[in-house]
Amino acid sequence: MEAKTLFDKIWDAHEIEKVKGGPSVLYIDRHLIHEVTSPVAFLGLKTRGLKVFRPDQTTATPDHNVPTTNQHLTIMDELSRHQVDMLKRNCQEHDIVYHDLQTDGHGIVHIIGPELGLTKPGMTIVCGDSHTSTHGAFGAIAFGIGTSEVEMVLASQCIMQPKPKKMRITVNGKLKKGVTAKDIALYIISQISTSGGTGHFIEYAGSAITSLSMEGRMTLCNLSIESGARGGMIAPDETTINYVKGRQYAPIGKDWDEAVEQWNNLKSDPDAVFDTEYTFDATQIEPMITYGTNPGMGVGITQSIPKTEGMEGSDKNTYLKALQYMGYSEGEKMLGKKVDYVFVGSCTNGRIEDFRAFTAFVKGRKKAQGVTAWLVPGSQKVEKQIRAEGLDKVLTEAGFELRQPGCSACLAMNEDKIPEGKYAVSTSNRNFEGRQGPGARTMLASPLTAAAAAITGVITDPREFL
Amino acid sequence: MAYDKFSKITSPAIPLPVENVDTDQIIPARYLKAVERKGFGDNLFRDWRYNRDGSPKTEFPLNNPMYSGKILIGGKNFGSGSSREHAAWALYDYGFRVVVSSFFADIFKNNALNNGLLPVVVPGEFLQRIFKTIEKNPDAEFEVDLQKQKFTILESGESVEFEINPYKKHCLQNGLDDIDYLVAMKDKIAAFEKTK
Ligand code: SF4
Repeated sequence: MEAKTLFDKIWDAHEIEKVKGGPSVLYIDRHLIHEVTSPVAFLGLKTRGLKVFRPDQTTATPDHNVPTTNQHLTIMDELSRHQVDMLKRNCQEHDIVYHDLQTDGHGIVHIIGPELGLTKPGMTIVCGDSHTSTHGAFGAIAFGIGTSEVEMVLASQCIMQPKPKKMRITVNGKLKKGVTAKDIALYIISQISTSGGTGHFIEYAGSAITSLSMEGRMTLCNLSIESGARGGMIAPDETTINYVKGRQYAPIGKDWDEAVEQWNNLKSDPDAVFDTEYTFDATQIEPMITYGTNPGMGVGITQSIPKTEGMEGSDKNTYLKALQYMGYSEGEKMLGKKVDYVFVGSCTNGRIEDFRAFTAFVKGRKKAQGVTAWLVPGSQKVEKQIRAEGLDKVLTEAGFELRQPGCSACLAMNEDKIPEGKYAVSTSNRNFEGRQGPGARTMLASPLTAAAAAITGVITDPREFL
Repeated sequence: MAYDKFSKITSPAIPLPVENVDTDQIIPARYLKAVERKGFGDNLFRDWRYNRDGSPKTEFPLNNPMYSGKILIGGKNFGSGSSREHAAWALYDYGFRVVVSSFFADIFKNNALNNGLLPVVVPGEFLQRIFKTIEKNPDAEFEVDLQKQKFTILESGESVEFEINPYKKHCLQNGLDDIDYLVAMKDKIAAFEKTK
């Protein structure tokens, strides 16, 4: 038998047909929808006189534009409220499970999927948000789609996709203290660039990857898209199976045993061939920070902003334009740079482990004067867990307050916008111009690096405090 | 979503010689709150096109009366970042039918093709030649022939062939989309479900 990669195995099991000279028709097991990229798709269905084909394989929640304070009140912003209402109405009309604000299953789509046990190994999962790649952490094919594609999946539970190429990124060795999954991800992107993964689906492997927790794996897979890849995945193992076990939508009894048996086969064959391979050494990775306006513009925190030597033409212009936006100059050290805002949250780093790490760091310390910190749990469950573990008290003592779940300053569609010209250390995934608000300047980093910045008010190496 | 059938376009082009133009620049997130697919062209490149007070930034190519046309010439890695399809809608709604670059981000390319906007990939060198041509003569015309898969600088006659998946080509030429195709194969999908 032909040797297959993990990706091939799942893809082939879901490919209904290959259109001649065209894409494949791929069957989708789970479709996640939210308020921003679904209304036009529902409208399209209506225009065509269609119903949702498999409503029970669709799950909805409002997350992108919801406020992160006073969620018990009506949403103030009229357009946001309208989008959320539309989602609710569309779900009612089409019998789709809808996790409303303030209910137990509410949160950022990519956080609630795994929490509820909707995300399982071997599945195909799509959502109209590019960070759907998060779910790949479970050994699933998961990727972001556009609104036309949302409409396709609603209409047929299928999507038309050309089969991507396969890439394997192996990271071996033990991570140093203070270095997290976020740093691995930012390091990889800084090495292969924001277009290095284009056309590919990534499988992460190696000892540094298998020793990550499920939360860490989700952070890493989440950021796959920032290298240009369609998604990233990690073969399921004990860690994965233990995480899924007992969750609301996880199989039980005999079904569970059968599922586990299947999941144990989900790995790339030893002689499977990848189109592209990279290998990195985990011991070389420092806590990372970005200095520019795309996630590939990152350096180890003790490093300086790279110089333009050797760059030419439009590459150089683009680079200088990014630095100008950030108000930085080439060759400057990142350590000691001023920080006005700290954002902890998003589907990249808004899980319980991220809040544990942040809280442990700030415990017994105080938030720096002049720093505004937004701590936004990724879901209701994360928020509850924070309170159950008493982390909220520690945070309050250190001068921090907790907000309510949602995407928040990750894309600043709600009120949580970083003001023009201000510097934010953010645990989210994109540092594009204006991503966190018009004129906002974003530096992406791990929750530990965010914590170090929050208590010192400047870019600080978190290892100094560990 | 219905869009115009695409065959051949002859038009001047608007240059945007910036690399890594991400979809957050094409259409910032705060303009994604509509529940219909209309009017996104007004906010295309919002923050590059307008000052905070709403006045146009005169130096931005879209505001430069010298430039016009249905073709946008972008720098390398056009359309990176967020999967928002609104980026393709905004470009289409503004009046673009073709975007040319030496490299497109995957999702953007798919979204564009699903919405009647043709992404044309040309070699980096050729891209620079297009920019130079417009620099010398902003009225210079270009021809995009989908049938022949050919992009031509009419002034000099220089041309390159571009790739497009035959299925997508068929869809564009006929103004069809994937949903039409999938809905037609529902029985096959239902049969597949039974085998799972
Ligand atoms: S947190 Fe950010 S990346 Fe994640 S789903 Fe929300 S907007 Fe998308």
